Amino acid sequence: MTCSEFLALLDDLIDDSVNTETRTELERHLHGCEHCEVTFNTTRKTIEIYRSHEIYELPTSLRERLHAAIMARCKKGC
Amino acid sequence: METIQPIAGENEQHPDVALVARVRDGDVSAYDTLVRKYERQIFRIAQHITQNREDAEDVMQDAFLKAYEKLDQFQGNSKFYTWLVRIAVNESLMRLRKRRTGKMVSIDEDVETEEGSVPRDLADWAPDPEQNYTQSELAEILRKTIQGLPQGFRIVFVLRDVEGLSTEETADTLGLSIPAVKSRLLRARLQLRERLSRYFRRKKGGEK
Repeated sequence: MTCSEFLALLDDLIDDSVNTETRTELERHLHGCEHCEVTFNTTRKTIEIYRSHEIYELPTSLRERLHAAIMARCKKGC
Repeated sequence: METIQPIAGENEQHPDVALVARVRDGDVSAYDTLVRKYERQIFRIAQHITQNREDAEDVMQDAFLKAYEKLDQFQGNSKFYTWLVRIAVNESLMRLRKRRTGKMVSIDEDVETEEGSVPRDLADWAPDPEQNYTQSELAEILRKTIQGLPQGFRIVFVLRDVEGLSTEETADTLGLSIPAVKSRLLRARLQLRERLSRYFRRKKGGEK
Protein backbone atom coordinates (compact mmCIF):
# COMPACT_ATOMS: atom_id res chain seq x y z
CA MET A 1 0.00 0.00 0.00
CA THR A 2 1.30 3.45 -0.93
CA CYS A 3 0.95 6.60 1.20
CA SER A 4 -1.64 8.03 -1.26
CA GLU A 5 -3.70 4.86 -0.98
CA PHE A 6 -3.45 5.10 2.80
CA LEU A 7 -4.52 8.76 2.75
CA ALA A 8 -7.55 7.96 0.61
CA LEU A 9 -8.76 5.61 3.33
CA LEU A 10 -7.66 7.73 6.31
CA ASP A 11 -11.17 8.96 7.14
CA ASP A 12 -12.66 5.49 6.92
CA LEU A 13 -9.98 4.24 9.30
CA ILE A 14 -10.60 7.11 11.75
CA ASP A 15 -14.37 6.56 11.55
CA ASP A 16 -13.96 2.80 11.88
CA SER A 17 -15.79 2.07 8.66
CA VAL A 18 -13.34 -0.33 7.02
CA ASN A 19 -13.60 -4.10 6.80
CA THR A 20 -11.15 -6.34 8.63
CA GLU A 21 -9.07 -7.07 5.55
CA THR A 22 -8.59 -3.38 4.67
CA ARG A 23 -7.93 -2.53 8.31
CA THR A 24 -5.13 -5.11 8.44
CA GLU A 25 -3.55 -3.61 5.32
CA LEU A 26 -3.86 -0.08 6.70
CA GLU A 27 -2.33 -1.10 10.02
CA ARG A 28 0.51 -2.86 8.25
CA HIS A 29 1.25 0.32 6.31
CA LEU A 30 1.11 2.36 9.54
CA HIS A 31 3.68 0.15 11.24
CA GLY A 32 6.19 0.75 8.46
CA CYS A 33 5.51 4.40 7.66
CA GLU A 34 6.31 7.04 10.22
CA HIS A 35 4.80 9.88 8.17
CA CYS A 36 1.43 8.20 7.83
CA GLU A 37 1.46 7.23 11.48
CA VAL A 38 2.00 10.89 12.45
CA THR A 39 -0.70 12.02 10.02
CA PHE A 40 -3.14 9.44 11.38
CA ASN A 41 -2.47 10.15 15.07
CA THR A 42 -2.49 13.93 14.75
CA THR A 43 -5.63 13.98 12.58
CA ARG A 44 -7.41 11.84 15.16
CA LYS A 45 -6.17 14.17 17.89
CA THR A 46 -7.40 17.20 15.91
CA ILE A 47 -10.94 15.82 15.92
CA GLU A 48 -10.77 14.87 19.60
CA ILE A 49 -9.61 18.36 20.58
CA TYR A 50 -12.42 20.06 18.65
CA ARG A 51 -14.94 17.67 20.14
CA SER A 52 -13.89 18.09 23.71
CA HIS A 53 -13.42 21.86 23.87
CA GLU A 54 -16.27 24.31 23.81
CA ILE A 55 -14.98 27.20 21.72
CA TYR A 56 -18.22 29.16 21.51
CA GLU A 57 -19.73 29.20 24.95
CA LEU A 58 -23.26 30.30 25.58
CA PRO A 59 -23.17 31.94 29.02
CA THR A 60 -26.05 30.95 31.31
CA SER A 61 -27.49 34.47 31.56
CA LEU A 62 -27.59 34.88 27.79
CA ARG A 63 -28.96 31.40 27.38
CA GLU A 64 -31.79 32.10 29.80
CA ARG A 65 -32.59 35.41 28.11
CA LEU A 66 -32.74 33.87 24.64
CA HIS A 67 -34.69 30.90 25.93
CA ALA A 68 -37.27 33.15 27.59
CA ALA A 69 -37.63 35.24 24.43
CA ILE A 70 -38.21 32.15 22.27
CA MET A 71 -40.78 30.68 24.63
CA ALA A 72 -42.63 33.98 25.10
CA ARG A 73 -43.12 34.24 21.35
CA CYS A 74 -44.12 30.59 20.99
CA LYS A 75 -46.78 31.03 23.68
CA LYS A 76 -48.16 33.96 21.72
CA GLY A 77 -48.32 31.68 18.67
CA CYS A 78 -45.09 33.18 17.24
CA MET B 1 0.68 0.49 18.26
CA GLU B 2 -2.36 1.17 20.39
CA THR B 3 -5.68 -0.25 19.32
CA ILE B 4 -7.52 2.09 16.98
CA GLN B 5 -10.73 3.36 18.55
CA PRO B 6 -13.43 4.91 16.42
CA ILE B 7 -14.14 8.45 17.46
CA ALA B 8 -17.03 9.29 15.22
CA GLY B 9 -20.17 7.27 15.61
CA GLU B 10 -23.80 7.41 14.67
CA ASN B 11 -26.05 9.35 16.98
CA GLU B 12 -28.25 7.22 19.13
CA GLN B 13 -31.96 7.50 18.52
CA HIS B 14 -33.38 10.51 20.33
CA PRO B 15 -36.72 10.13 22.06
CA ASP B 16 -38.02 13.39 20.56
CA VAL B 17 -40.93 11.85 18.71
CA ALA B 18 -43.20 11.94 21.77
CA LEU B 19 -42.21 15.53 22.58
CA VAL B 20 -42.94 16.66 19.02
CA ALA B 21 -46.36 14.94 19.17
CA ARG B 22 -47.17 16.77 22.43
CA VAL B 23 -46.20 20.13 20.90
CA ARG B 24 -48.48 19.40 17.95
CA ASP B 25 -51.28 18.77 20.44
CA GLY B 26 -50.73 22.25 21.83
CA ASP B 27 -48.45 21.49 24.78
CA VAL B 28 -45.95 24.39 24.71
CA SER B 29 -44.04 23.00 27.70
CA ALA B 30 -42.92 20.07 25.54
CA TYR B 31 -41.38 22.59 23.15
CA ASP B 32 -39.64 24.22 26.11
CA THR B 33 -37.97 20.84 26.73
CA LEU B 34 -36.87 20.55 23.10
CA VAL B 35 -35.47 24.10 23.05
CA ARG B 36 -33.48 23.46 26.25
CA LYS B 37 -32.13 20.25 24.83
CA TYR B 38 -30.76 21.75 21.63
CA GLU B 39 -30.22 25.49 22.19
CA ARG B 40 -26.50 25.18 22.91
CA GLN B 41 -25.83 23.15 19.77
CA ILE B 42 -27.89 25.47 17.57
CA PHE B 43 -26.11 28.52 18.96
CA ARG B 44 -22.72 26.87 18.35
CA ILE B 45 -23.54 25.92 14.75
CA ALA B 46 -24.85 29.44 14.05
CA GLN B 47 -21.71 30.96 15.55
CA HIS B 48 -19.47 28.67 13.48
CA ILE B 49 -21.21 29.72 10.26
CA THR B 50 -21.83 33.42 10.88
CA GLN B 51 -18.69 33.95 13.01
CA ASN B 52 -20.58 36.71 14.74
CA ARG B 53 -22.07 36.66 18.21
CA GLU B 54 -25.13 38.85 17.57
CA ASP B 55 -25.97 36.99 14.38
CA ALA B 56 -25.72 33.68 16.23
CA GLU B 57 -28.15 34.95 18.88
CA ASP B 58 -30.63 36.02 16.21
CA VAL B 59 -30.24 32.81 14.25
CA MET B 60 -30.83 30.71 17.36
CA GLN B 61 -34.09 32.51 18.12
CA ASP B 62 -35.29 32.55 14.52
CA ALA B 63 -34.48 28.86 14.00
CA PHE B 64 -36.49 27.75 17.03
CA LEU B 65 -39.40 30.04 16.14
CA LYS B 66 -39.42 28.86 12.54
CA ALA B 67 -39.27 25.21 13.65
CA TYR B 68 -42.23 25.84 15.96
CA GLU B 69 -44.25 27.46 13.19
CA LYS B 70 -43.40 24.74 10.69
CA LEU B 71 -43.70 21.77 12.99
CA ASP B 72 -46.66 20.46 10.97
CA GLN B 73 -44.31 20.14 8.00
CA PHE B 74 -41.88 17.98 9.96
CA GLN B 75 -42.29 14.55 8.41
CA GLY B 76 -40.65 12.46 11.05
CA ASN B 77 -38.58 10.55 8.50
CA SER B 78 -35.52 12.43 9.75
CA LYS B 79 -34.69 13.19 13.37
CA PHE B 80 -36.13 16.38 14.84
CA TYR B 81 -32.57 17.50 15.64
CA THR B 82 -31.28 17.19 12.06
CA TRP B 83 -34.41 18.93 10.77
CA LEU B 84 -33.77 21.75 13.25
CA VAL B 85 -30.08 21.92 12.23
CA ARG B 86 -31.12 22.30 8.59
CA ILE B 87 -33.29 25.28 9.52
CA ALA B 88 -30.45 26.80 11.56
CA VAL B 89 -27.91 26.34 8.72
CA ASN B 90 -30.27 28.05 6.26
CA GLU B 91 -30.98 30.89 8.68
CA SER B 92 -27.23 31.35 9.24
CA LEU B 93 -26.47 31.49 5.52
CA MET B 94 -29.31 33.98 5.01
CA ARG B 95 -27.90 36.14 7.79
CA LEU B 96 -24.47 36.05 6.13
CA ARG B 97 -25.96 37.09 2.81
CA LYS B 98 -27.62 40.07 4.46
CA ARG B 99 -24.37 41.09 6.07
CA ARG B 100 -22.38 40.80 2.88
CA THR B 101 -24.91 42.37 0.53
CA GLY B 102 -24.18 41.67 -3.09
CA LYS B 103 -21.70 38.93 -2.27
CA MET B 104 -22.67 35.35 -2.96
CA VAL B 105 -22.61 33.21 0.12
CA SER B 106 -22.96 29.50 -0.23
CA ILE B 107 -21.53 26.37 1.19
CA ASP B 108 -19.75 25.86 -2.11
CA GLU B 109 -17.61 28.91 -1.53
CA ASP B 110 -13.84 28.41 -1.79
CA VAL B 111 -13.87 24.64 -1.89
CA GLU B 112 -11.74 24.46 -5.00
CA THR B 113 -8.54 25.00 -3.05
CA GLU B 114 -5.93 22.27 -3.05
CA GLU B 115 -4.55 23.44 0.27
CA GLY B 116 -4.15 20.72 2.84
CA SER B 117 -5.05 17.87 0.52
CA VAL B 118 -1.59 16.43 1.03
CA PRO B 119 -0.03 16.49 4.51
CA ARG B 120 3.11 18.63 4.50
CA ASP B 121 3.88 19.16 8.17
CA LEU B 122 4.94 15.73 9.27
CA ALA B 123 6.36 16.61 12.67
CA ASP B 124 4.83 14.63 15.50
CA TRP B 125 2.89 16.47 18.20
CA ALA B 126 3.80 16.70 21.84
CA PRO B 127 1.94 14.23 24.03
CA ASP B 128 -1.25 16.01 25.26
CA PRO B 129 -0.24 19.17 23.37
CA GLU B 130 -3.22 21.14 24.72
CA GLN B 131 -1.63 21.01 28.17
CA ASN B 132 0.91 23.62 27.03
CA TYR B 133 -1.82 26.28 26.82
CA THR B 134 -4.35 27.75 29.21
CA GLN B 135 -8.02 27.07 28.47
CA SER B 136 -8.52 30.53 27.00
CA GLU B 137 -5.34 30.36 24.90
CA LEU B 138 -6.41 26.99 23.58
CA ALA B 139 -9.94 28.20 22.78
CA GLU B 140 -8.42 31.14 20.89
CA ILE B 141 -6.13 28.83 18.90
CA LEU B 142 -9.01 26.50 18.04
CA ARG B 143 -11.28 29.42 17.04
CA LYS B 144 -8.66 31.09 14.90
CA THR B 145 -7.74 27.83 13.21
CA ILE B 146 -11.26 26.74 12.32
CA GLN B 147 -12.24 30.25 11.21
CA GLY B 148 -9.50 30.04 8.58
CA LEU B 149 -11.12 27.07 6.86
CA PRO B 150 -13.19 27.67 3.73
CA GLN B 151 -16.88 27.91 4.67
CA GLY B 152 -17.85 24.75 2.79
CA PHE B 153 -15.27 22.69 4.69
CA ARG B 154 -15.99 24.29 8.05
CA ILE B 155 -19.71 23.50 8.01
CA VAL B 156 -19.11 19.87 7.10
CA PHE B 157 -16.47 19.45 9.83
CA VAL B 158 -18.67 21.12 12.46
CA LEU B 159 -21.77 19.08 11.67
CA ARG B 160 -20.00 15.78 11.20
CA ASP B 161 -17.17 15.85 13.72
CA VAL B 162 -18.18 18.40 16.36
CA GLU B 163 -21.95 17.91 16.47
CA GLY B 164 -21.82 14.20 15.65
CA LEU B 165 -24.20 14.01 12.68
CA SER B 166 -23.68 11.00 10.43
CA THR B 167 -22.31 11.43 6.89
CA GLU B 168 -25.82 10.82 5.50
CA GLU B 169 -27.41 13.36 7.87
CA THR B 170 -24.74 15.94 7.04
CA ALA B 171 -25.32 15.40 3.30
CA ASP B 172 -29.07 15.65 3.77
CA THR B 173 -28.83 18.77 5.93
CA LEU B 174 -26.56 20.62 3.48
CA GLY B 175 -28.08 19.31 0.26
CA LEU B 176 -24.76 17.72 -0.74
CA SER B 177 -23.99 14.27 -2.09
CA ILE B 178 -22.35 11.74 0.23
CA PRO B 179 -19.08 11.71 -1.80
CA ALA B 180 -19.00 15.54 -1.58
CA VAL B 181 -19.38 15.39 2.22
CA LYS B 182 -16.66 12.75 2.48
CA SER B 183 -14.23 14.66 0.31
CA ARG B 184 -14.80 17.93 2.21
CA LEU B 185 -14.50 16.19 5.55
CA LEU B 186 -11.10 14.70 4.69
CA ARG B 187 -9.82 18.05 3.42
CA ALA B 188 -11.19 19.87 6.46
CA ARG B 189 -9.60 17.41 8.87
CA LEU B 190 -6.24 17.56 7.08
CA GLN B 191 -6.23 21.35 6.86
CA LEU B 192 -7.06 21.74 10.54
CA ARG B 193 -4.39 19.21 11.45
CA GLU B 194 -1.84 21.06 9.35
CA ARG B 195 -2.69 24.42 10.92
CA LEU B 196 -2.76 23.08 14.47
CA SER B 197 0.68 21.51 13.97
CA ARG B 198 2.12 24.99 14.24
CA TYR B 199 1.04 25.09 17.89
CA PHE B 200 1.13 21.46 18.91
CA ARG B 201 4.26 20.04 17.32
CA ARG B 202 6.80 18.48 19.61
CA LYS B 203 9.40 21.10 20.49
CA LYS B 204 13.10 20.34 20.31
CA GLY B 205 14.98 19.87 23.61
CA GLY B 206 15.10 22.93 25.86
CA GLU B 207 12.01 24.62 24.48
CA LYS B 208 8.71 24.69 26.31
